[in-house]
Amino acid sequence: MSTTEAPADTGTNGNGASGYRWVGTRPVRHDGLDKVAGKARYAADLNLPGMLYGHILRSPHPHARIVSIDTSAAEAMPGVKAVVTGADFPEAPPKGATRNLMCTVIARDTVLYSGHAVAAVAASTRREAKAAAEAIEVTYELLPHVLNISDAMADDAPVLHDNLFTRGVEPRPTEPSNIAARTVYERGDVEQGFAEADIVIEREFSTQAVHQGYIEPHACVVDCDQEGKAVIWASSQGHFMVRSSTATVLGWDTSRIKVIPAEIGGGFGGKTTIYIEPVAALLSTKAGRPVKIVMSREDVFRATGPAPGAIIKMKVGARNDGTITTAKAWLAYENGAFQGIAAMLGCMCVVSAYTLDHLYVEGFDVVLNRPVNVAYRAPSAPAAAFAMDSVVDEIAERVGMDPIDLRLHNCPSQGDPTPYGPKWPMIGLRECLEAIRDSDHYQSDLPAGQGRGVATGFWFNIGEASSATVNLNENGTATVITGSPDIGGSRASMALMAAEELGIDPHSIQPVVGDTEVVGFTDVTEGSRATFATGMAVVEACRDLKEQLRKRAAKTWDCDVEEVEWVDGSAVHGPGEQEPLTLAAITGNAKRTGGPLGATASLNARGAGPAFSVQVADVSVDQETGRVTVERYTTAQDAGTAIHPSYVEGQMQGGVVQGIGWALNEEYIYSDDGNLENPGFLDYRIPVASDLPMIETCIVEVPNPSHPYGVRGVGEVGIVPPLPVMANAIADATGVRIGDLPLSPPRVLAALTAAES
Amino acid sequence: MKYAAPTTIDEARALLAADGDAIVFAGATDVVPQMRGGRPEPSMVVDLKKIDRLMSVSLDGDTWSVGAAVPTSVLTADAVFTADFPGLSEAAGLIGSDQIQNRCSLGGNLCNASPAADSVPALVVNDAIAVIAGGGGERRVPVAEVVTGPGQTSLAHDEIVVCFELARPAAGTSDAYLRLIPRTEMDIAVVGAGVRLTLDGDGAVSAATVALGAVAPTVVRVPAAEAALAGSSLDDAALAAAAAAASDACNPIDDKRGTIDYRRQVAGVLTRRAAGIAADRIRTRNGQQGDS
Ligand SMILES: Cc1cc2nc3c(=O)[nH]c(=O)nc-3n(C[C@H](O)[C@H](O)[C@H](O)COP(=O)(O)OP(=O)(O)OC[C@H]3O[C@@H](n4cnc5c(N)ncnc54)[C@H](O)[C@@H]3O)c2cc1C
Repeated sequence: MSTTEAPADTGTNGNGASGYRWVGTRPVRHDGLDKVAGKARYAADLNLPGMLYGHILRSPHPHARIVSIDTSAAEAMPGVKAVVTGADFPEAPPKGATRNLMCTVIARDTVLYSGHAVAAVAASTRREAKAAAEAIEVTYELLPHVLNISDAMADDAPVLHDNLFTRGVEPRPTEPSNIAARTVYERGDVEQGFAEADIVIEREFSTQAVHQGYIEPHACVVDCDQEGKAVIWASSQGHFMVRSSTATVLGWDTSRIKVIPAEIGGGFGGKTTIYIEPVAALLSTKAGRPVKIVMSREDVFRATGPAPGAIIKMKVGARNDGTITTAKAWLAYENGAFQGIAAMLGCMCVVSAYTLDHLYVEGFDVVLNRPVNVAYRAPSAPAAAFAMDSVVDEIAERVGMDPIDLRLHNCPSQGDPTPYGPKWPMIGLRECLEAIRDSDHYQSDLPAGQGRGVATGFWFNIGEASSATVNLNENGTATVITGSPDIGGSRASMALMAAEELGIDPHSIQPVVGDTEVVGFTDVTEGSRATFATGMAVVEACRDLKEQLRKRAAKTWDCDVEEVEWVDGSAVHGPGEQEPLTLAAITGNAKRTGGPLGATASLNARGAGPAFSVQVADVSVDQETGRVTVERYTTAQDAGTAIHPSYVEGQMQGGVVQGIGWALNEEYIYSDDGNLENPGFLDYRIPVASDLPMIETCIVEVPNPSHPYGVRGVGEVGIVPPLPVMANAIADATGVRIGDLPLSPPRVLAALTAAES
Repeated sequence: MKYAAPTTIDEARALLAADGDAIVFAGATDVVPQMRGGRPEPSMVVDLKKIDRLMSVSLDGDTWSVGAAVPTSVLTADAVFTADFPGLSEAAGLIGSDQIQNRCSLGGNLCNASPAADSVPALVVNDAIAVIAGGGGERRVPVAEVVTGPGQTSLAHDEIVVCFELARPAAGTSDAYLRLIPRTEMDIAVVGAGVRLTLDGDGAVSAATVALGAVAPTVVRVPAAEAALAGSSLDDAALAAAAAAASDACNPIDDKRGTIDYRRQVAGVLTRRAAGIAADRIRTRNGQQGDS
């Protein structure tokens, strides 16, 4: 375990935890200096000769049929070089994921949310492009719209897609609706579970859609040549995804497209899809010039990535000894304009931190007139945890048990069934609960007038495909090329794992994110997978290299390779007849022993280790204004093994901060006519630094047996507990439980006032 | 869009008189975001920060003169000014962030005419006078009369606020300003409350002024709250009456930043608390003077 107290660069000492030399140290990240000096290149920083600026015209209506689009006035405007509309793109199939992607990039016959892209212009200057886009005349026939789950699920709701029939319902519905799918997980007999319970608590919860809030708006530059090839510079969480998605939307072969990853200014899941690259590509093709598109903050809020809002009804039974006997949950999640799997994920997560013999979980994915959902750290899990961990907190209070003890009492372990089927592998929930229970924070007395809340969070984590190439340079340094965009310090982690394998200093390793033509296919940086899966590929490539290095030493010494061991960055002759050969000595002589040394690994990573987090907060509540102040916050999270503890802590803290924002203030405010009223950071309130105390961290390490260094992945689960943590702490401070987010000053004050009367 | 940086008030006014579409700016912390947000660009922007008188702060006898374009970070760093007007200094120090305060001005805060402008209630309770340069020379207008509605002022197109005049507070006088925002900074007041009190030798209130921001189209003085406080010993009943009067004086809207009910309720709370802080400041100062 470690805490936030030692942020110094300890990497140069080579003194890692758990018996490792480099893994577990904290070297300064390789991309750090450029970032703090303002030299790092983001997609919007690139300017090419002859480059044009693209501007996208967006729908001012939440739901409307496009009757006609007249671009003639725009085309005649000064500086305009190309105009495109939905009609310039290939036809979309009638339904499915491909249609959803194609119609998100640009609307066809119908706009489904205010901000939906309708047409675009490329012109010599930004102003010209904007002016021309505004001169495009679109005739809309307005359709009734729905913005929230209850309205969208109502029998008489305006239907977004007339070919959407609820999946998971028998018999298949004959009428289309906004309910895309129904998901059920069940085990045992919930009625029996309730009969065995001494207390039953039934509550309803609602959470708001939120934005990932990355600081860098989406940006790209696309240059299409005469032969129909395109080079795309883009900020994304996965440039291979940008390549395949752009190809899909344009109906192109992927080999026509090369994607060069730019530095990324935050993603949090929101850059796991594309919005603008195919538009820029088509404009560039038409104009014969490179085209840059940079979204405005307003565009980002109106047209990209919400994580869904949800309505959840929970009914949980428990015995007086704190044993939870059963849980029944009903969950409905917003999907945005096109169907997704938000509710399904919510169903899988909702009771995952508890062992239950009886459960019934039913979820509904609901489409409505908002932008389509995109991933946001542990998608769907926060709302689910909000519901379950609020009820569990109430149970602890009712049975008079410490909330951590109650959770320990109901904690699943390896071999127990998960709510969604398979058995739990080795997990660290118990260790996280114990870490919080034993923390200085939890052991300290609660200051007078404050309230304390705890909660848990679960996230699956995933593996997927990754590739890495490691080249040894003639001076004994190494270049590590991977296909994973670095959104949270993964380059530093790749360098540390390579350093540990090869036995050289991490600063002698240059970690690079390679473009789609220099490195093997790699899935998106999502599901907390980069350090886990891409790290595995790096380790595999390094192990291959170590074999090669041993062979080169054997050749140099003219001995059997079995007599050579790789120890601390040197080839060592087992029988001891030769002086050890350092890595630099071998690479320096590589030309004479068989040529340059390099290795590549591509794999499908299996066995991602589930992540758990347990968190505690102390808050004070201004009883007269409803304002909540977070006084102290501690998070424990199972990292498996923390390759670079500082960046593990950074992920933990970042997740917590975003979760606190979700809990306390973030929400989309729509006008009655379906337009977003707060498309900017002034009125869309993510927390600012002064809102929060230092988030104390406690890294728990229950190594994942599927990874060579035990990595689990740490990027997401941290955002899950803060929603119930805040609600539970406020309940403790005020005696009032609030089931609706955000817990903003007006809502809290209204609840306090209502409770008084 | 043209840029001009005159060094005299007359030059600045001549530029405005010659171009009906020109605007002035000081910090531009309202002007730039407004343009970025889609407001049409003017033909010319006139920078006021090169004009000495608009950039200076002076204490002449018992009168402070604060240049309308002075960055508010200059005021918050001025210990003498802050001791005289802790509430106004506090309000100026709440605007945006350090970066914003290194640019933004009291003149801009007032003339932007947002109902939520933080420094305005604090200027109003201190009876600040706006010195306005116009066609007929300079005129002196109480700050409360400059703004006529959201985004609207009583200034003619070629008039410029030159400075604010503030009388040094009488003995036993101090002020306070509080605002409610959901965050701790980088936010716009949902409600703001400024209070100035004068306490007599027995600790009774001999004078009180109360002004509220963000609860009506313009900043509002609250005579009923002032009356409730005046003559009282700041007992609970007087504070409750002042709070109730403040709530009643609100004429707010329901918007993305707060509901009518919430604004009313909180206006009372902040008025009561600000009165308490102003009184504490007076008592602390009296105590310090007694000690020395
Ligand atoms: C991130 C951010 C946070 C903010 N937070 C706050 C906050 O917490 N509280 C708050 O009250 N405001 C806030 N603001 C708004 C703004 O910073 C303030 O209103 C500030 O005081 C404006 O001053 P300025 O000098 O920058 O005004 P400018 O933008 O220069 O001018 C504003 C308006 O006043 C006019 N004007 C300026 N000076 C004069 C003059 N001398 N005579 C006549 N007209 C004049 C201009 O023509 C313009 O219409 C914030 C702004 C930003 C960008």
